[in-house]
Amino acid sequence: MKIYVVSAEAGAHSIAGSAASGFPSTRKRRFSFDPTAPFSIAMALLLAVLVLLPLGWLAVTSLTDDSHAHFTLGHYRTLFLDREFLEPFWVTLWTSAAVGVLCVLFAAPMAWLVSRTDLPAKRLLRMLILASFATPPFLGAFAWVLLGGPNAGLVNKAYYALFHLRAFDASPLVNIFSAWGIVFVTALYTFPYVFTFVATSLDHIPSDLEEASAILGAPSWRTAIDVTLPLAMPALLAGFLVAFLQSMTLFGPAAILALPASIDTMTTKIWSLFQFPPKLGLAAAASLPLLVITVVLLRAQAAIMGRRGYSVLGGKTTGQRLIRMGAWKIVALAPFAFVLACSVLLPYGVLAWTAFMKNYSAPLAGNFTFDNWRFVFLEFSQTRLALTNTFVLGVSAATAGTIVATTVAYLSLRKLVWGHRPLSFLATAPVAIPGIVLAVGLFLAYTHPPLVLYGTLAIIFLAYLTKEMPVGYQQVSSSLKSVHPELEDAGRIFGATRLRALFDITAPLIRNGVIATWLFIFIGSIRELSATILLFTAKTKTVSVTMFDLRESNDWGPIAVLSLTMLAITFAMIVAIQFFTDRRNA
Amino acid sequence: MKTHWKITLTALTIAVAAALPAAAQNPDVAAAEKEGKVVWYTSVDVKVAESIAQEFRQKYPKIEVEVERSGSERVFQRENEEHQSGIKHADLVNTSDSTHFITWKKQGMLAKYVPAGVENMPKEYRDPDGYYATWRATLCVMGYNTNIVPPDQVPKGYEDLLQPKWKGKLTKAHPSYSGTSLTGTYAIVKKLGWGYFEKLAKMDVQQLQSTTATPKSIASGERAVMVDGNEYNMFIEIKKKSPVKIIYPVEGTPFVSSPVAVFKDAPHPHAARLFADFIFSVPVQQYLVDSGGVRSVVPGVNDPAGRTPLKDIKVIPDDPEGLLPKVDEIKKRYAALFGGGK
Repeated sequence: MKIYVVSAEAGAHSIAGSAASGFPSTRKRRFSFDPTAPFSIAMALLLAVLVLLPLGWLAVTSLTDDSHAHFTLGHYRTLFLDREFLEPFWVTLWTSAAVGVLCVLFAAPMAWLVSRTDLPAKRLLRMLILASFATPPFLGAFAWVLLGGPNAGLVNKAYYALFHLRAFDASPLVNIFSAWGIVFVTALYTFPYVFTFVATSLDHIPSDLEEASAILGAPSWRTAIDVTLPLAMPALLAGFLVAFLQSMTLFGPAAILALPASIDTMTTKIWSLFQFPPKLGLAAAASLPLLVITVVLLRAQAAIMGRRGYSVLGGKTTGQRLIRMGAWKIVALAPFAFVLACSVLLPYGVLAWTAFMKNYSAPLAGNFTFDNWRFVFLEFSQTRLALTNTFVLGVSAATAGTIVATTVAYLSLRKLVWGHRPLSFLATAPVAIPGIVLAVGLFLAYTHPPLVLYGTLAIIFLAYLTKEMPVGYQQVSSSLKSVHPELEDAGRIFGATRLRALFDITAPLIRNGVIATWLFIFIGSIRELSATILLFTAKTKTVSVTMFDLRESNDWGPIAVLSLTMLAITFAMIVAIQFFTDRRNA
Repeated sequence: MKTHWKITLTALTIAVAAALPAAAQNPDVAAAEKEGKVVWYTSVDVKVAESIAQEFRQKYPKIEVEVERSGSERVFQRENEEHQSGIKHADLVNTSDSTHFITWKKQGMLAKYVPAGVENMPKEYRDPDGYYATWRATLCVMGYNTNIVPPDQVPKGYEDLLQPKWKGKLTKAHPSYSGTSLTGTYAIVKKLGWGYFEKLAKMDVQQLQSTTATPKSIASGERAVMVDGNEYNMFIEIKKKSPVKIIYPVEGTPFVSSPVAVFKDAPHPHAARLFADFIFSVPVQQYLVDSGGVRSVVPGVNDPAGRTPLKDIKVIPDDPEGLLPKVDEIKKRYAALFGGGK
């Protein structure tokens, strides 16, 4: 389970500003040229450029006219006075709030059931929740178009058939092309973050208070509401905020589900401002509110979570007393069945079905075909280009990200140099920059001399590297923290240099953690859409963008094939992560 | 007689070609093979595009074809964005919005190249200066799902779609994405005025992007009637035995021509010209008509049996010169009613 704790936790840490304190540092030496100092400076510069350059351009562009010569508030005036922007802004806010509420409403009881009761099949349930976490939200949105289209969607067709209704005459069970459609799909794939938040915090709440309540005769449900719920409140609030932010900044579900219903959100609006000729001033101005809201909410979340720091690797405090549910078990499984069917089983099923059908909404007879597979892997000239680009980007972002994250984590956890605090702050700061906002900033920063990167894979690489840095940093530092500096100190007492101690002692101990970090960044990179959609050109298309293009012409068969391919790669990586993290703990 | 004349001409051409190996109008196969690749930006349905590419690969196995398919307006934007950023990637281009070619020609982005056979095409389908020519044409038709719409209910034209019974049953492509939809929307505005779209916007229309998407939407039964879509995609669906039928609206059916041009900065100039010659050749045009469902303006290419001949359809001719100054206004007004775009 710890696998997905990390990304949600990254948020909590960065705003606390103190990204993890680690162990006390080794005694300061009187003389020393520390070989790590130049490294540290280089890393700080690199991180500063990565983060500050795009943000600086964003601010400047939003406040100047197109020549960047004159100050103007015109872009903000348009943004805050024009209905064209006010409406998407409002839609974005209320749908995000709805996603937050929905996630908490489902996550709280489900986390409680997993943490406090003898619910059956917990391992399977956790695996399925992990699967829904691993599913890119835009992919879920594709699947839900096939399931929840009001007339041809398979869920609605089943519903019509069951109740002897006719499509078009009766109102559908689900209308996925609506603002509530975005809420539903986004909630399905944001839910795992909130669940993990709450489940982790429940695991860490000592059970003595609950036991006291039980001894005094309160029934289980009373204890849950009067004792456990207040204790879990900070985690619930924090979960709400994380869900809100996720929903506010996602591009995929909004573009796939809302545009057909003539609804715009902020992300689809920023994207359309980027259509040629791009209105960069407005796009920058439209991005900044998203950035400000994210920073404010993350700070609020940090304040709520206080200094509790529900850490990643901790075990349970004491053995929890599990409530026996008896026959209620069946009822308790219902919310799990519903959520997991909607987020994993039905979407994967419909993608597998569509991949082998000529027409996804037609009956099986005479409908089976391998054409979609043949098209994608033998005819479609984008497949090789997109797979190669995606793979190159994934490998390079993961490798560079792991190197930078490991170096920064080592330097700052061991407090080797002055300035380790800003270093760790910079490494975790991108968590507050939504992907699409980062992309606007990168576009502005790297379409100008001296560094023109637009049109190359490099600009997308920078986006992935920056975006994944907090996750990578969090992951490496959690495994570094498990290695006490004493071990290195012992080596140094016996005369090893710092570097030698690092390579001979620490490196082997954190190796598996580092490999897991690499895989994490790789997964995050190959599924990226929100930033890529603004940065790609024909030569630098990725699989996610290619799928988005296919959606615009309703080519569902090829989309399904590419979706399954992407899921297969992702799950192969997850199995690898499990393998390496399990070995780390063994 | 005619054959003799042709043979003489061929002999003459070979003689000239031998004398002037760098003759501009004759694609140099060896040079094209040395370039090894051609990049084609197009708005034609992706499967149709890839099948043409596949034919080309079979004839010239040493030349890789990279198809970049998107909606006409998106293709136009991508190319301009890349051109402005100094990225040279596309070799040749095809969109269903003829105004693009007027603009690109004016900006000096196109290469002067008349593919073999184009000189025989009717004048209205080729640029007098030789920068572009209509590679394919289609009609922007209406259509319906035969399982959902009973025969006596089938709408006859655009006006019929405003009847309350069609609420929630319509689908339409977006003129900010699709050139065919832009051309069609402009034709409808000219006939019926913006008042028509103001009323249509209240009909709970499923707003898709591409005119290749709307036929697939009614084929799946997601919507009953499409307001605009490619005639060629309808032929493809009908061939696949999807339950759909074409409607040629009583108000008239917009005619959409889709030119092809080679870019001046093409990174693979020889391969681009070779590819242009190939896709304008009669066999490929006939293949495109038979399996891709398009209308061809190349002489000697015939509609297969069963398709309503163009002369029997009340067609609204396209008018790129008239459309060009209105493009931004149409996109903006349309987006204000139906969302999306800019």
